[in-house]
Amino acid sequence: MPYVPHTPEDIRRMLDVIGAPSVASLFDEIGPEMRPKSFDLPAGRSEMDVLAHLEGLARRNATGHVSFLGAGFYDHHIPAAVDALSMRSEFYTAYTPYQPEASQGTLQAIFEYQTAVTRLTGLAYANASVYDGGAALFEAAMMAVRHTGRRKLVVCEAVSPIYRVMLGSYTANLNLELVTIGHKDGCCDLAGLTAAIDADTAAVIVQNPNFFGTLSDFATLFAAARAAGVVSVLSVYPVLQSVLKSPGEMGANIAVAEGQSLGLPLSFGGPYLGIMTCDKELVRQMPGRMVGRTVDTQGRTGYVLTLQAREQHIRRQKATSNICSNQALCALRALMHLCLLGQEGLTRTAEICIERAHYAAERLTAIAGVKLLSGGAPFGNEFAVTLPVNAYAAIDRLTARGYVPGFPLGRYYAGLENALLVACTEKTSNEQIGILAEMLRGMLI
Amino acid sequence: MNTVFKKSAPGREGVWPVKPEKAAADLLPAGLLRQKTAGLPSLSELDVVRHFTQLSRRNYGVDGNFYPLGSCTMKYNPKFTETVAALPGFTRLHPVLPQLKGAGRLCQGALEVMYETEQLLCEICGMKAFTLHPMAGAHGELTGVMIIAAYHKDKGNRKTKIIVPDSAHGTNPASAAIAGFEVVNLPSKDGIVDPDELAKVLDDQVAGMMMTCPNTLGLFEKNLPRIVEMLRGVDALLYYDGANLNAILGKMRVGDAGFDVVHLNLHKTFATPHGGGGPGAGPVGVSEKLVPFLPISRVEKLEDGQFFLNYDFPKSIGYVAPFYGNFGVVLKAYAYILRLGREGLVRATEAAVLAANYLRKRLDSVLEVPYDRVCMHEFVASACRQAASSCHVRALDIAKALLDRGYHAPTIYFPLIVKEALMFEPTETESLETLEQFADDLLDILKKAEADPDYAIGAPRTLPVTRLDETRAARGMELTDDL
Repeated sequence: MPYVPHTPEDIRRMLDVIGAPSVASLFDEIGPEMRPKSFDLPAGRSEMDVLAHLEGLARRNATGHVSFLGAGFYDHHIPAAVDALSMRSEFYTAYTPYQPEASQGTLQAIFEYQTAVTRLTGLAYANASVYDGGAALFEAAMMAVRHTGRRKLVVCEAVSPIYRVMLGSYTANLNLELVTIGHKDGCCDLAGLTAAIDADTAAVIVQNPNFFGTLSDFATLFAAARAAGVVSVLSVYPVLQSVLKSPGEMGANIAVAEGQSLGLPLSFGGPYLGIMTCDKELVRQMPGRMVGRTVDTQGRTGYVLTLQAREQHIRRQKATSNICSNQALCALRALMHLCLLGQEGLTRTAEICIERAHYAAERLTAIAGVKLLSGGAPFGNEFAVTLPVNAYAAIDRLTARGYVPGFPLGRYYAGLENALLVACTEKTSNEQIGILAEMLRGMLI
Repeated sequence: MNTVFKKSAPGREGVWPVKPEKAAADLLPAGLLRQKTAGLPSLSELDVVRHFTQLSRRNYGVDGNFYPLGSCTMKYNPKFTETVAALPGFTRLHPVLPQLKGAGRLCQGALEVMYETEQLLCEICGMKAFTLHPMAGAHGELTGVMIIAAYHKDKGNRKTKIIVPDSAHGTNPASAAIAGFEVVNLPSKDGIVDPDELAKVLDDQVAGMMMTCPNTLGLFEKNLPRIVEMLRGVDALLYYDGANLNAILGKMRVGDAGFDVVHLNLHKTFATPHGGGGPGAGPVGVSEKLVPFLPISRVEKLEDGQFFLNYDFPKSIGYVAPFYGNFGVVLKAYAYILRLGREGLVRATEAAVLAANYLRKRLDSVLEVPYDRVCMHEFVASACRQAASSCHVRALDIAKALLDRGYHAPTIYFPLIVKEALMFEPTETESLETLEQFADDLLDILKKAEADPDYAIGAPRTLPVTRLDETRAARGMELTDDL
């Protein structure tokens, strides 16, 4: 039997030591009324067979398309060394570092990850990561609720609708009030958000770049929030954080991010990485694992899981969260990715993405009837255009020709059925942008 | 070992993309740009490769070390599943593709993987339907309890409490609390749930009970049929924490036994790597009456064999994940289930239970085993005798001495109901030789520690660090290289 090494002789010797007549007898406590009514599974297959089957399924996915899809999840180049290093089995076949002396590799890597992400966001503290960017946003909101004792969350409608629906689902039984402030042509309504903050508000939640790709400076909003005792939560795109004003510089209390763009393949939605950072005031509300530096009995530097009094295995139902793991391997990959690119590499990546997106916007808006949704508002690696036709129809037509032109904003925003969200990365070439523009022009004639 | 930031030398070239023609400042207003550089390190590719290779050597993992960490199921992770998950046909797939109407045709292979995995899990567990969305065991618990809440809300039931036995998996109370319930702790009797104790806390306010079976003592909950009956009497639902499902494959199906909701830990039972703490995957299965409340989207198959995502479930609890869960992890579990098949899964369970009982019998003459009867896939021993004796060697010391012998330690001080607990889960993939050697080494440690307590109390001595000052870490709060 694959992966089970016991020979018939081994089994006999083990049963002798146990003093049991048979393996079946070890299951005698499971009464007849609890036995399976069926267990109708296929017979086992060889490694070669299963691989061939999965290769066949993989071929049924079209991955040769040129894609301008983003919507918060981006196809960046991943240095080959990220795969080579993260596949070292000392990392990926270990578990949560409960025994720190035998887990210094994982622990120091998490410590370095915490350092890297705090440098990106400009906030002092980070945890070891949570499941994904949406879970990070929910956990940030709950940090604010615990910290302030208030129950209202003010959310900008230009925060990813994927995360806003998750927030709605998670908070459904928690007696919280979600107040959504509408976007204005893809821009955050800063005045509306500021006006919505009051003495009952726990947090104001915004995103930069927002779902439409538009950029904002939230410093004034966050200052107003601080004055009202409201926690400021900012969701960011980590690649652009190499050039954009940081959450720390804007005065945010908590910054969260989806870390997929840092060395994780798209992989149809996961595993991803929820990055969480915060300022000193909120650190004891942080959920999940955190690694701290200390010394051993001989004074040598070492790393341990710390501040565990917040966690579920100590606090049980009074814990800050039920999360008892992190996305350790994803966090490790993100750290490796950031180290391999380094400061210069990440900055170049961000600048190429911004440059390509601006070139794409220029080419697309040169087509009659195609306009930028947000007019002259600044944007980064992604932007929204309105088409003279339904965006779904355009996507369908161009996808059939091998180009996925973007994401239909009508999927989440009523009234924007003609709007298309277009993303570029360093993998998008100017030539591909030109072909997309010509295909779209041809379709609209 | 220095941090990677200390190894940085400004100007050293890493894996850089080509230089852009324009800087960010040429395209964006200055007020939107950061003033202070992020300060990521500048390193050569070899600098980075050497740093992480050296870090990896400071870790124990299943491939290099026997890892009998109870409740965590550190079995061997077959390598071919990594090949599967790395196929570009899967890794390059953008998750919003199926939302582009016709573009669902671009990801039929991935949708089929999800559909087929759900079907297999339904048959393994005897449940009506599964969702793959929860991204870890604890996330599955939260999802399951949210489904319980939605069921009662839909029926107009006013329920506020969830019962959690003290022998249940450690995350259960926090999961129930985060879903908005009051947690009622249920003390166990003789290591398992006692119907008389349950009767004392069971009333109309109880929405459900979360059970781990076998429980965290490795014992089978043989009063299960009676418990199911009692809960049904007050319209409370029974939740199965799948942390220990690997003990019952083919021997019991949770649905047939009367459970209404179950979460699985694909990284335990179905052998996907633990990754140093994640990512895992925590699919949730439900009985027929709970199907309408599952998270959206749900993958369905049309008559023509095409797969699509259905979002039209008005009673659904909504979204617990941005997309379809940890798809890359699901792929590995799917490949593992196909590889083992029916007979292989049953054999895995049998071998896991056999190995645990063998190890229990090898150790129970020296370590106290509080419930010393046939266990399932794991058992809990106690170092209380050693701790109380003149040598004062505790479970922690035994764990550290094991590290010096090249073993990862068992889980210690859990479950909380056993003092000086040492929880062993050898798994089915370890050979008899490994188990014998481990037992011999552990008995030798206890013998040496009896003569010289410092042998264990001073351990470990052979690892990169000796015991670490956790109090100093908590007080100093040095959580980054900049603090």
